[in-house]
This record gives sequence, structure tokens and C-alpha cells, in this order.
Amino acid sequence: MSEQVMAAAGGGAVLAADGTPLKERLQKTLRRRKLVAAGLVLPLGAFVFITFMFPIVLMLFRSIDNPVINENMPLTAAILEHWDGQDIPGEEVFAALAADLAQARETKEIGRVATRMNFEYSGVRSVFTSTARKAKNMKAPFKDALIKADEKWGEREMWVTLQRMSKPYTSSQYLAALDMRYDIDNNIVMQDEDRQIYVMIFGRTLWISFLVSALCLLLGYPVAYLLATLPLKYSNLLMIMVLLPFWTSLLVRTTSWIVLLQTNGVLNDIFVWLHLIDDEGRIQMIYNQMGTVIAMTHILLPFMVLPLYSVMKTIPPSYMRAALSLGANPVTAYVRVYAPQTVPGIGAGSLLVFILSIGYYITPALVGGRTGQMISNFIAFHMQKSLNWGLAAALGGILLVGVLILYWAYSKIVGVDNMKLG
Amino acid sequence: MKKTLLMSTIAAAGILAASAAFAGNLTVVSWGGGYTKSQVEAYHKPWEAMGGSKINSEDYNGGLAEVKAQVESGKVVWDLVDVELSDAVRGCDEGLLETIDKSILPAGDDGTPATSDFLPGTLTDCGVASIVWTTIYAYDTTKFPGAKPTTMADFYDLNKFPGKRGLRKGAKSNLEMALMADGVAPGDVYKLLGTDAGVDRAFAKLDTIKGSTVWWEAGAQPPQMLADGEVLMTTAYNGRIFGAVATEKKPFEIVWDGQVWDLDLWVIPKGAPNKADALKFVAFSTDTKRNAAQASWISYGPVRKSAAPLVGKHATEGIDMKPHMPTAPGNFKNALQNDFAFWADHADELNEKFSAWLAK
Repeated sequence: MSEQVMAAAGGGAVLAADGTPLKERLQKTLRRRKLVAAGLVLPLGAFVFITFMFPIVLMLFRSIDNPVINENMPLTAAILEHWDGQDIPGEEVFAALAADLAQARETKEIGRVATRMNFEYSGVRSVFTSTARKAKNMKAPFKDALIKADEKWGEREMWVTLQRMSKPYTSSQYLAALDMRYDIDNNIVMQDEDRQIYVMIFGRTLWISFLVSALCLLLGYPVAYLLATLPLKYSNLLMIMVLLPFWTSLLVRTTSWIVLLQTNGVLNDIFVWLHLIDDEGRIQMIYNQMGTVIAMTHILLPFMVLPLYSVMKTIPPSYMRAALSLGANPVTAYVRVYAPQTVPGIGAGSLLVFILSIGYYITPALVGGRTGQMISNFIAFHMQKSLNWGLAAALGGILLVGVLILYWAYSKIVGVDNMKLG
Repeated sequence: MKKTLLMSTIAAAGILAASAAFAGNLTVVSWGGGYTKSQVEAYHKPWEAMGGSKINSEDYNGGLAEVKAQVESGKVVWDLVDVELSDAVRGCDEGLLETIDKSILPAGDDGTPATSDFLPGTLTDCGVASIVWTTIYAYDTTKFPGAKPTTMADFYDLNKFPGKRGLRKGAKSNLEMALMADGVAPGDVYKLLGTDAGVDRAFAKLDTIKGSTVWWEAGAQPPQMLADGEVLMTTAYNGRIFGAVATEKKPFEIVWDGQVWDLDLWVIPKGAPNKADALKFVAFSTDTKRNAAQASWISYGPVRKSAAPLVGKHATEGIDMKPHMPTAPGNFKNALQNDFAFWADHADELNEKFSAWLAK
């Protein structure tokens, strides 16, 4: 500190070397530091935002965005807005429809219109494409001409669906993702029994994730305990064995399970050789839910062991010794002294494994067969095969909300602070 | 707004794809494995030999997802894609594909104009077909010392031939085959599938073997499953089974009864970087000679009438290819053409039903 500062200290505000008040100077310095810090994380922040947050938000937006009909059938959409939905609309709407269809064919957008409608009302794709081909040469009265082109135009369901779809935003994707739909009177009802699937898959995804987390905890806890308590030279070796799977490709690990578990695989061969089962009674251990659970448990185990280990490592062994010397038997000492201190590790490991499991894709895709498929596999199906990106986005949105709710519930019950990741 | 939205949702696809594109090279995308090999031998090599641009061959798993992502993001890197008929029609309807002027196609070697030389239905607004392929079922002959399966009904007969079955994981072709196994004539299959009762009947038939079925997704899986003994018989693409028989000497036998045949077509994504070259390649690869040459590498039938008589022996194994063509008279008796219009209308609903049925 300079002399000036010392001198000024006597009379009111403390001044820095250049004569400015020290408080102000300090604030300036702190602000600059904050800016530097912000500048340092800015590249990462921008990267995460551009490549992660932004696309996710836009992708989720697709689940409610519904521009296709509204933009490409503008005349029909405008008139249908005021239709009461009761009787088949009048000539005016049919004229607008014929004009819109002809225009949409001209601009080559008719395929997108037809595809969008077909997601809502199965089988009408060809109604749109074939009517659009004829629309250009249609003459008044358009109502007769259109119904002659395809009798579906005389059905109320067609018009109700078209009216619903001509709104720029829709909730129908979220309804579909929850096995619901609109009926002909625009009431929300359950999807037909033989088309209900997503609720069951969401349930299965939660169940498998829970099972995998529980198995990981069951298998990982003793390993972590050993790691934390063994002498260094053994625990290092054990640590390498825990980490080894981390260094092996996920695909290699998954396919090794196929080799081991398949009907003519190593395990079944051994069982047959030991006469535990006969050759006809080979056990189906893969391409089903069991395969998914086994392979995922193996792959996610390190995510449970490492947080547990890091927590157990910080528990002084003297606590257990103290408990024992004070007369507790080993079980009591363990349950009342040791186990409660590992809770942050259990919490962190379980949450990590659970959240990773819930969005798992490649392992169920490879070994899940029929009964081991999870929700990600259906999202991928709608992204890659059916091209119904809106439904994929809605399924993803529900998954995201589900994870957030679980996280919230977890933080209420266990407390986020009471969690240690390493 | 729309443009940015599309661009960023598929930014990853765009970046990945962009790095694979080379200026001036023709990027040709097909299904991989033995099928791509047949195209490389029959089309790509002669094309490059006669001074055409270098071909960059890529594999994909079918569907329009990548094409859609590229076209909508405005970063098209694929020049030519080999697609199924339903995708050629749907992609064309949705404005994802360039229309192809059929006047660029050369006349057949016998002088027939291209438009009448191609089999009916094999030229669409945006697509030019190259081959006929088919879904059949096949079995390992060594597992059948006595009676052998000969009809589609045998595939579903667990009493006569107990053992695991392999089926493609999807509604397409499975529902048709189930109905044919249930005694429906090929001509009535799609009429029936258009009704709820027909769909229920198909699923009821599939129910009879559901418990003994292993599901496959990639075309390379069925021959592998047969070879491993994982299944007793399985549906498959005929070319893959033929490949295993011809080059790996596997004792597999194809049952042609109840086959569901389809086309593969060349299409050009809208805004392809080398469109002019791609068009030239389409004309080149579908001329009579190339069309017939392709069939000497894999057992998929040529779509040009003038090419059919030129189909000869397998290029390396010396097997006479004619009896292995899906369209050979003996094989084509009880055959059904995949109805793309039906699937364009009903794929969404039926796939959903299929998934729900499968998951139960």
C-alpha cells in the first residue's frame, strides 16, 4: 500500500495509488476478472449453445410446429377456420380446396401435405395426391367434382381432420406420443387398442433403467468397497479392471455379449456340456429384455463404481474401528456408521446410471430383440424410417420432461447437494 | 426461420456429409455388401474406364431420412441414390428428388426405344429402375433330411417343420406373406390388407409363429442366422442367399413360392452437386449391356426386356444365372409385386400396429 492510501485512510474514503477511491478500484478489478473468466468460458458456452441447446430447442419446437397445411393450403385453411365442424362444408370450401390442391401440385408441395395428413388419418395420402393431379382441370360445381374424384371428400372425418391440421400449431404429436388421439368431434380419446404402444414403452424404459441402476448398485457397491479398502497394489489392479471396459468400444462390448449369450453361444454350450439343460432346451438370454439388462448393466457399471469409490475413499477407517471398540457388532457398525456416509455416492451413482439408461439406444437396438426395445429406439425409428420428425420430437420432449421431473423429485428427497460425483 | 430451423436440426448430418464430399467426384449411394459390389463391378468400373468422373461409393441402410436432411438443409452431397420403389415415389411427391427426363435413356441393344424396353412400372417421374429384387424365404438343406418346405404355408407350419423362424422386423412383406401362407391368392392380398379384417387376419397368422421368431433388420443378417443355426428358415433378400450359396458354398435353398418382389431405382436428390454427371451415369448404367452385366454378379433381375436374354454365367463362379433370377418362369409363378401405393398410404398405421403387436 502506498503512502497516499495510508494518508487518506485518516480522512474518509480510502484512495488507491492513482487517487481513485479504493472501493471503486476494487470493483473495477473484480469486474475485469469476471469478464476475463466469462471470456474464457465463452467459447465453450457458445459451442454448447450452438451445437447442443439451440438444436434441441428447435427440434422440440417441431413437436408442436405444424406449418405444412397452413402454408400450402392457405385458402382452404382460412375458410375452414370458421367452419362449425358439423355438416360437410359448402361449395365455397370445395372451390378453395380445388385451387389449393392445384397450386400445391404446381409447387410440388402436395407430397408434404399428403404425408402430414396421412400421419393423422391413415390412408388419405393417395386421396390428396390423386385429387391434386385432377384439380387443375376441375370445373364448378367443385363439390361434386371433388367427391367424384374421391368419395372421401364427402366424409366429415376428412374435413374435421383437415380443419384441425390447418392450424399452425398442434398438440396431436404429443397426444400420439401418449397413445391418444382426437376423435371425429375433436374430443381427446385413447388410441385404438391395437395401436397403443408408447405409454407401454415409456413404462418399460423406466423399468429397465430402474433395474439396471439397482443391479449396478448391487454389483458395484462391494467392488467400490474393496477398491477403497484394499492395499494400494491390489486396488490399482482392481481399478484397471473396472476401467478396462471404458477403454473398449461400446460396440465391441455389446457384440461380445452376443457371442456369450446367444442360443448357440458360449454360455449355452457350457450349460449343455454340463448337462444342466438339454440341447433342445437352450435358454434365450439375448435378443430380449434380459439381454438388454445384462449388457447395459455391464456397460454402465463403472458409472456406479467410480462415484461410490470416491466417496468411500474419504471415509476414515478409524470410524469403523471406533464403532467396533465402542461395542457395536460389525453389522451394526456397518449399518449405522459406514453405510450412511456412502449415501452421497449411492445417490450420485444411481442418478447417473439411471439417467444414462433412460436414453440408451445402441445396446437395446443390438441385443434388445422384441421385448428389450426402449423409447430411444422408437425415436430413432421415427427419425430414420417413418420420417415423422414431429412425433420423434414429441417422444423426445416427453423423455426430457420425465428426466427433469425425476431429477426434481430426487433433489427433493435426497438433495442435490448430498451427492458426490467424484 | 424455417431454413435456420432445418439447418441447425440437421447441422450434424450436414457437417458429417460435407466432409465426405469431393469436388467433381460422383457420390453414389447404395445398400452395401454384395449388392454394392455388383454395382461397382458392373457399372462403376466400366464408367471410370471409359473416362467418367471418379466414383465415390457410399453405403446406407435405405429410407429417405438422409436425403431429406440433405435437401432440407440445402447441403446436398449425394449425387445418386439407390432406393426402393415406395421411396422413389414418396421422395418425388415430397419434392426431395429431381425429375429425370426419360429421353436421356438409350434405346435397347435390339433397337427398342427405352420407354418400351423397360418393364412396365419401372420408370417413375424421378426414378429409373435398375433391378428386380425379391423377398423370399430360405432354409439350410442339411437340416432337412426328409420332407423339405416348398410353399409359403410351410414356413408357418410349426408342426411339420418345428424350429426357429427369421423375419424382417417391419410390417412390409411380412403381412403379405402371412396372408399368402393363409391361402390368399397374390391378386387379393392388397385388397384384403386394405380392410381391418384383413390386417387382423395377417397378424393372427403371424401370431402362430411369433413365439419362435428371431427378427432381423439388415440384409446381411439372414444368411448369417442360417449359417449359425440360429434359425431353421428365414425370410431374406434373394441376392443375399444366392451370394452365400455361390461364393461361400453354403447349402441354402430358396423357396420362391409367395415371393414379394420390388424394384431398386436410381434417384437424384434435389440440388445434387453433380446432377449432369449423375444423369449421364444413370443412362450409362441402365443400358442393355450394363443391366445384363449386373446380373452376372448378383441374382437380381434386369429391368430391361432386351437385357433378359443376355443374362449369362456368374462372373467368377461360372454358375448359370438365369434360373436364379426372381423373374425366371419357374420362380415367378406365385409372386406378388410390392404395392408401393398401398404402402405409401398405410405404412404409418401398419408399422405402428406392427410395433405394438411386436412389443406385446
